[in-house]
Amino acid sequence: MAAEKPRNQTIGAVRRTFAPWTDPDKKPLIRFENVVKRFGDFTAVDNVSLDIYEREFFALLGPSGCGKTTLMRMLAGFEQPTQGRLTLAGADISEVPPYRRPVNMMFQSYALFPHMNVMDNIAFGLKQDKMPKADIAARVEEMLKLTKLETFAKRKPHQLSGGQRQRVALARSLAKRPKVLLLDEPLGALDKKLREETQFELMDLQMDLGMTFLIVTHDQEEAMTVADRIAVMNHGVLMQVAPPSEIYEQPATRYVADFIGEVNLVEGKVISASSEETRLTSPITPHPLHVTQGLDAKPGDEACIAIRPEKLRISLDPPADTSVNCFEGEIWDIGYLGDLSIYHVELACGQRIKVSQPNLSRVVQRPITWDDKVWVTFAPHAGVVLTR
Amino acid sequence: MRRGLTWFNVTAIVLGFAFLYIPILLLVVYSFNASRLVTVWAGFSTQWYWALLENEQLIDAAWVTLRIAFFSSLVSTVLGTMAALVLTRYGRFRGRTLFSGMIYAPLVMPEVITGLSLLLLFVAVNFDRGFWTVLLAHITFTMCFVAVVVQSRLVTFDRTLEEAALDLGCPPFRTFFSITLPLILPAVVSGFMLAFTLSLDDLVIASFTTGPGATTLPMRIYSQVRLGVTPEINAVCTILIAIVTVVVIIASIVTKRAESLRQAEERAALQG
Repeated sequence: MAAEKPRNQTIGAVRRTFAPWTDPDKKPLIRFENVVKRFGDFTAVDNVSLDIYEREFFALLGPSGCGKTTLMRMLAGFEQPTQGRLTLAGADISEVPPYRRPVNMMFQSYALFPHMNVMDNIAFGLKQDKMPKADIAARVEEMLKLTKLETFAKRKPHQLSGGQRQRVALARSLAKRPKVLLLDEPLGALDKKLREETQFELMDLQMDLGMTFLIVTHDQEEAMTVADRIAVMNHGVLMQVAPPSEIYEQPATRYVADFIGEVNLVEGKVISASSEETRLTSPITPHPLHVTQGLDAKPGDEACIAIRPEKLRISLDPPADTSVNCFEGEIWDIGYLGDLSIYHVELACGQRIKVSQPNLSRVVQRPITWDDKVWVTFAPHAGVVLTR
Repeated sequence: MRRGLTWFNVTAIVLGFAFLYIPILLLVVYSFNASRLVTVWAGFSTQWYWALLENEQLIDAAWVTLRIAFFSSLVSTVLGTMAALVLTRYGRFRGRTLFSGMIYAPLVMPEVITGLSLLLLFVAVNFDRGFWTVLLAHITFTMCFVAVVVQSRLVTFDRTLEEAALDLGCPPFRTFFSITLPLILPAVVSGFMLAFTLSLDDLVIASFTTGPGATTLPMRIYSQVRLGVTPEINAVCTILIAIVTVVVIIASIVTKRAESLRQAEERAALQG
């Protein structure tokens, strides 16, 4: 949406250094304190404590029914917490009705007013504030320009395409310059290509406006793309709150490892643990496995090793040293995706693991094919030991 | 199987419509009869329509009826819409079943009973019967029809629209008038028109609850017919039929247009 102007050179620098959650002196903008929300017997949000900082692009990620939307609706004011406190810029807002909160929401269904044209939809929130007419007109104009909707100003919502309606909804929720913009599955109704474009536009917009965005999504790629930090939720509980790369590379639990991206989970038992390396026995190989990530396991613990498919190496010939993180298997299935190929390898113990390899070269002397015997290896830093 | 106009279908349609509309058609035709004798055709004339203008009793009755119909349907539209809102919005409050039962009871209650019970009430509280009692009675029995029509629209109303308005800083009361009401307006208007026509041609309840000086048109027609059908009555009835037909047609056009617009919007929304 802000694509035509030259890219602000400082964006990269700001993005690289932006990590207010690591600064203990920084006051969070939004704070959930032990928030519980029950609907009858059902606990939608279970004792959630969460800090979100100013100018952060924060994603709530989880399967449907995990409580992420309820958490957002509490911030918008449509639901009241059963227990706990919710503060915005230091003030408790648990009791403040939605129409008095400096928070605006972009709805999943867009919720455009069908009897008003695009301009009136965008101006609706501004009129509620009794803003002078000239200022409203100027702000609407600015929003139309920002979302490239100038030529559609007089159209009614049903005369617009899905992508245009999405822009109107965004313009309407941004028009009041809220302290926090809530986005409830904002791109769910768009097709894949448009969704990917819009994700980057949203990021630029958030950066340019310097606002705090909170997005709810079940699409992990979307969350990974746009967010500074992601909170993975399941059954009303926060499983892990961390930047995307940490969520992917250092998942805290099996659930997070499995939910984000593809992963192989290998069960094992810890035989030795030091500050540098954990060694485990596992049914997939007679030799102990060496892992240097996720070092909180103690000898004797049942644990599992999470290894991403792209961090495994596959070859037809045995590697020089077959005693460290190396096991043999047979190709069960191959998925060719163009840029990558996914190999399903069946190991001697019966477990199947996924290995993905980039197709770097067009000509390969002897491609790996069905029923081949292959060797699979991984580096000690490629696996993560998970005890939960 | 062949569909469309078979001989059987045509006969069924002709007989059906004849059964429904021949009496009305006869009445309309004879209102243009030049003869005073209702059953003898003596050429075309509009004299009975002109005679109506001089029949003060009928004119008075028509004026009373129109006023009652207008004001009672106005009030019952407001009350019926409020009842529909309560029934669709406030989930399961204590006594909801009783409340909805009581709103819909007049829909199936025999008019004689409604009329009689209202009469007893007015007598008991010593309320002078006349214009106001008929008005109150009509509000009572037309309200439930408005509630039914409006409720069926509210059931499909997308509540996130109201949430969006609240979220943008619009308080609940104003949200109702700037978002909810404009969108359910077609249903409210057709509820109003339904109430209007029901009030216009009610005879039973009005006869029970009326008093001196507040004779409605259906009552006047009924009492005159007992003395013999005159061509004037035919003329009045023809006008009444015309009014009701126009109102019903407008109401159905309003709802149909709103409905097709809404469907177009929903289709567009689904295509995303």
